[in-house]
Amino acid sequence: MKAIRTYLRAHMREPNFIAYAAMLLVAVLFPITVQFATNGNADYLVGLAADGGVYMLMAIGLNVVVGFAGLLDLGYAAFFAIGSYTYAILASDHMAATPFGHAIHLPFWLLLFIAMFVAACAGVLLGAPTLRLRGDYLAIVTLGFGEIVPQVFSNGGVWTGGVPGMSALDVPKLPFWIQGPWVDQPFGLTGEEFRFTTANLTAYYVLMIVLIIGVVILINNLQHSRLGRAWMAVRENESAAAACGVNTVSIKLLAFSIGAATSGFAGAFYGAKLSYVSSENFGFDVSVTVLAMVVLGGMGNIPGAMIGSIVLYFILFQFLPNAPAQIQGLATSIGLDSLNHATADWPGLGEEVSRMKYVIFGLVLVGIMLLRPQGLLPSQVRKQELTHAGHHEIAQEAG
Amino acid sequence: MNNYAVAALVQRLRTSVVTSPSGSLVNLVGTVVVAYVAVVAAQRIYQGGVTYFLQTMGFGLAQGSIFALVALGYTMVYGIIELINFAHGDVFTLGAFFSLALMPAFGLVEDKISGPALILPMLGLFVVTMLLCGVVNVVIERVAYRPLRRAPRLAPLITAIGMSALLEGIMFVWKGPFNLHYPGFLPETQVTIAPGVQIAAKALVVMAVALVLMVGLTFFIERTKLGKAMRATAQDSDAAQLMGIDINRTISATFFIGAVLAGAGGIIYGLYYNSVAAFDGFQYGLIAFTAAVFGGIGNIPGAALGGVLIGVIAAISDGYFFPAWTQVIIFSILIFVLVFRPTGLLGMRVPEK
Repeated sequence: MKAIRTYLRAHMREPNFIAYAAMLLVAVLFPITVQFATNGNADYLVGLAADGGVYMLMAIGLNVVVGFAGLLDLGYAAFFAIGSYTYAILASDHMAATPFGHAIHLPFWLLLFIAMFVAACAGVLLGAPTLRLRGDYLAIVTLGFGEIVPQVFSNGGVWTGGVPGMSALDVPKLPFWIQGPWVDQPFGLTGEEFRFTTANLTAYYVLMIVLIIGVVILINNLQHSRLGRAWMAVRENESAAAACGVNTVSIKLLAFSIGAATSGFAGAFYGAKLSYVSSENFGFDVSVTVLAMVVLGGMGNIPGAMIGSIVLYFILFQFLPNAPAQIQGLATSIGLDSLNHATADWPGLGEEVSRMKYVIFGLVLVGIMLLRPQGLLPSQVRKQELTHAGHHEIAQEAG
Repeated sequence: MNNYAVAALVQRLRTSVVTSPSGSLVNLVGTVVVAYVAVVAAQRIYQGGVTYFLQTMGFGLAQGSIFALVALGYTMVYGIIELINFAHGDVFTLGAFFSLALMPAFGLVEDKISGPALILPMLGLFVVTMLLCGVVNVVIERVAYRPLRRAPRLAPLITAIGMSALLEGIMFVWKGPFNLHYPGFLPETQVTIAPGVQIAAKALVVMAVALVLMVGLTFFIERTKLGKAMRATAQDSDAAQLMGIDINRTISATFFIGAVLAGAGGIIYGLYYNSVAAFDGFQYGLIAFTAAVFGGIGNIPGAALGGVLIGVIAAISDGYFFPAWTQVIIFSILIFVLVFRPTGLLGMRVPEK
């Protein structure tokens, strides 16, 4: 007991500690609260949060590449796509329709790691010839890769399902699971084998939280290891790091492939949860969104990237899609119902607001960056560097 | 690929065989792939006949000219502040939208006006649209990039993405999600350049406009004081400042000129394709940016060359191979160029700092 108290006293003022604690608390309370608030009709919201977890995983992975190692990756969604397609090909009836001729049904738990491995290999394949490029050239190569991969999947014909993609993928299974009032059952363990379905999105949510906690612990350990210090050395000054005996190419390659692996991991979950993959879902906008999450949250800081992903995910997938209906409701309740109806030169309030979503998204990105260029929750080390360094060094250091 | 690039490739191959075995393998595979593609392409072009080839080339050169105009803005901005200005592609679309809205004011109504009477109002339309785009881009720089010049490098990249979304959003709210019809003022005729050999007049007009603008830009960069200031700032902004150059003014001017070219590109895009939509510019911008990198980012003739080459390659891929793979081919070329010749076709080797 005393040990816990000393630990808390030592850490309770650290922003990162507070952020982790708050996120854990919210993660536990969120499904309970929304289910109570909506009388048990919040499955949709819980599922949405589970999808948000996919973005959070990607933000944590991209943070390794961009935040720790200082490599700008503009095609991160490509690895996400590779993870998802790996899952789709190896866990559905799809392969029966190809010249291969046999359906493959590997278990989800194994595929999480296979998808991770395949994505990491793709990262190595792309990174090995290109990581000797400096700075922005690497960003451009990744941008190109990010454009190529979804296009290849959509042109892949019978092997990848072409433009419509692949559907009816397997769902994860476990020998047992906890049940409770959220699925209209008494508390206890499910008797038979448990299948994760859309009828029980809370299960996906719990699974997502567990995966995130695992990844955070792993990446956090990496950050404070010899490898993590080498990443930061490369980020701050590549030549100096090389002079100190850091093998910069392999260090960068590791950052790149660990980032890719995390994305592939998230991709497998995404494929299983959606039970569907299509090349439309892995475009440049996904890469940019994840990058914006990392930079908005605070580059180089794991809880920063996580908070950035929560904020942006909420804005993009909850606030903006619902804004038209809410504004319409508001207009009706204050007697301006006429605004809701479309006329010749007025598309109707709801439509107008839904068209505004890009404007709002742009304003949010620009606004947050102007107000907090260092991000919402910047890394403490970097914050110190920023305040102690001269202006010129600041301009240089992020390079 | 020009002779110089081929010679450089061979040279690199030679040196890398000695220095790094893995690098030489990459180079060898690359050379084999490039040679194979070239042979197949040559065979198909030979079978396709002269007329089809010229049509394809006309299309390729026309779209390449537009790519080049957009690529110039990317390369100039990158050269001076090392920022990938993602909003640039949308400034290009904005050019098409502005000109569409301004057309009635210049009496440019489809089917009411044609022939030589078009020239003067068209000129006016070009000038006003280009100026408007220039002003918009200067405002963007002022609001979204200048306050972040001393911030971490990725911060302005995110505001650039934000600005891109904002511009797309504004055009979306303005005109809606649909493809807009853009009046076809350009003649739909074919011009005979040799007996039995024809090329679309439209393509010639587009190329001519682009050429005039590029010559103008070259003159501006090489011969005026502001152009000299730009070159100096791109080379070393601190030293330029010590020489009494107003850096902020020079950067504003760079954004202005980049957007002027993009605006003109937007108009000829509309005139050539007769259709434009709010989200066209982003993907187009990415390809134009690829062109800028292809030619050597920061290098102005390089961007023009890269744009034209990408246009031609895309047209050949569309015309002789599989249109669905064109994007893959373009971006694969990008990766190949960067692996073999990281500074692009015309870029200089920059010593590592």
